[in-house]
Amino acid sequence: MKAALVRYAPLLILAAAWEAAVRSGVVSELVLPSLTDVVSAWVKLLRGGDLWLNTAASLYRTGAGLLLAIAVGGVLGITMAWWRPVNALASPLVEMLYPMPKSALIPVTALWLGFGDGSKILLIFLGCMLPVTLGAFNGARASDQALVWSSRSMGASRLRVLWDVVLPSALPEIMNGVRTALALSFVLLVSSELIAARSGLGYLIGFLGEGGVYDAMFAVVLTVAFLGFFADRVYQRLERRVLRWRE
Amino acid sequence: MARVIWRIAPWLSVMAVAAAWELTARSGVVTPFMLPSLSVVVARIWSDAASGELVANLGLTLYRALAGFAIASAVGIPLGILIARSRPVRWFFDPIVSVGFPMPKIAFLPIVTLWLGFHDVSKITMIVFDAIFPIVTATIAGTAAVDREILWSARNLGASDRDLLREIIFPAALPEILTGLQVALPIALIVCIVAEMKMGGVGLGGAMITASRFAESPGVFAGIVEIAIVGYVLVKVMAAARRRLLLWHQEVLAPATV
Repeated sequence: MKAALVRYAPLLILAAAWEAAVRSGVVSELVLPSLTDVVSAWVKLLRGGDLWLNTAASLYRTGAGLLLAIAVGGVLGITMAWWRPVNALASPLVEMLYPMPKSALIPVTALWLGFGDGSKILLIFLGCMLPVTLGAFNGARASDQALVWSSRSMGASRLRVLWDVVLPSALPEIMNGVRTALALSFVLLVSSELIAARSGLGYLIGFLGEGGVYDAMFAVVLTVAFLGFFADRVYQRLERRVLRWRE
Repeated sequence: MARVIWRIAPWLSVMAVAAAWELTARSGVVTPFMLPSLSVVVARIWSDAASGELVANLGLTLYRALAGFAIASAVGIPLGILIARSRPVRWFFDPIVSVGFPMPKIAFLPIVTLWLGFHDVSKITMIVFDAIFPIVTATIAGTAAVDREILWSARNLGASDRDLLREIIFPAALPEILTGLQVALPIALIVCIVAEMKMGGVGLGGAMITASRFAESPGVFAGIVEIAIVGYVLVKVMAAARRRLLLWHQEVLAPATV
């Protein structure tokens, strides 16, 4: 408890500096609402239900897009590592599209599927697929050839080897790719909701900002930021649990 | 024969996608609004290039992204080394970095707009804010991993703090630092384009969002192609710079990955 307090003291100092700067009048309240105002605006948002509805919309979009990306990207990456023709055809496309700034797809997905859930899910799926693909590809390619050969010679079918040898040995790299994808999914979610949406946390931020309700806007911004942070922490914990057999 | 096939296979798939795009668009399965044909998009890029609009937009986007990237590197690398080398600095920044890194910082865009307005300053600030985290964390990791015995021997031979930094710590941490920069550069471009889309104004992202407001889909697709090429070129340039800077390092000998 005390160790955690010492560790996170700098964050408390920053919070106190924020409050003090606004209270003392050094920074105008029009530009930076005080921390206490932001917290009370947050509580009000929670009571009103708007925050819950928009959070649910946002989480649904990230979750659906990310799950699709993991499923398709993982299968694609492993297939690329396992069948040479697939690799020859797919890897130049992956190499070409991987460095593409995925936010460029926001207007197109909106053009195709409108301002609702579909366009966000498609965007997150397209944006998050390649990190997972690359992780699965590198992981599956690096699986120990001796293990593959011995299981083959002991009579395991190709599919069986894929499932029992290649997949487990690729898992750490896949999970690493998924972590990148998770961070990316929040970025894409918020960006697309800021630019083209009628619900969701990003939309709420833009809506409150345009209405000049800055304390509530700060509250939602911090909510999004901490949601992303907690998602990463929870994922890290899950990763350690799933990969416990490696030690 | 087989070798020839493997050699041309990569081009085949790229050309197949281009052909599939053109054919799908022409076949009338989808409306030209949903998917303009590749030739229309290329013609659009060509006319933008001829009118000088492309150069102006491209220049602005690159200027913002690279300025933000440069500032993030100039601040991030020294900060990372300081965090790794000094206890009080580490105490202060460690929780900030570890909480800030996984946050979707793009959510702060409206706040930055509120503070700094709609011009370049706010866009570049947003880019710095986003791109600095991978640089700092990579620099910390690289600096902390420097072999202690080399540091002790250098000190023993009379190296000053500055020598230590210039001759040992920085070169030894350079591979990790470059990895951080390689992560940060695409982030700078992503954030730049989102900022341009949200705040409007010129630039590749701004041009795309204008085209989409006027429901002018060749402009939107031209934007995607242009941005994809810019992203690809930047990543390749960065990788080439890495090979050049790390000529002395053993990783250059390692087989290249995707």
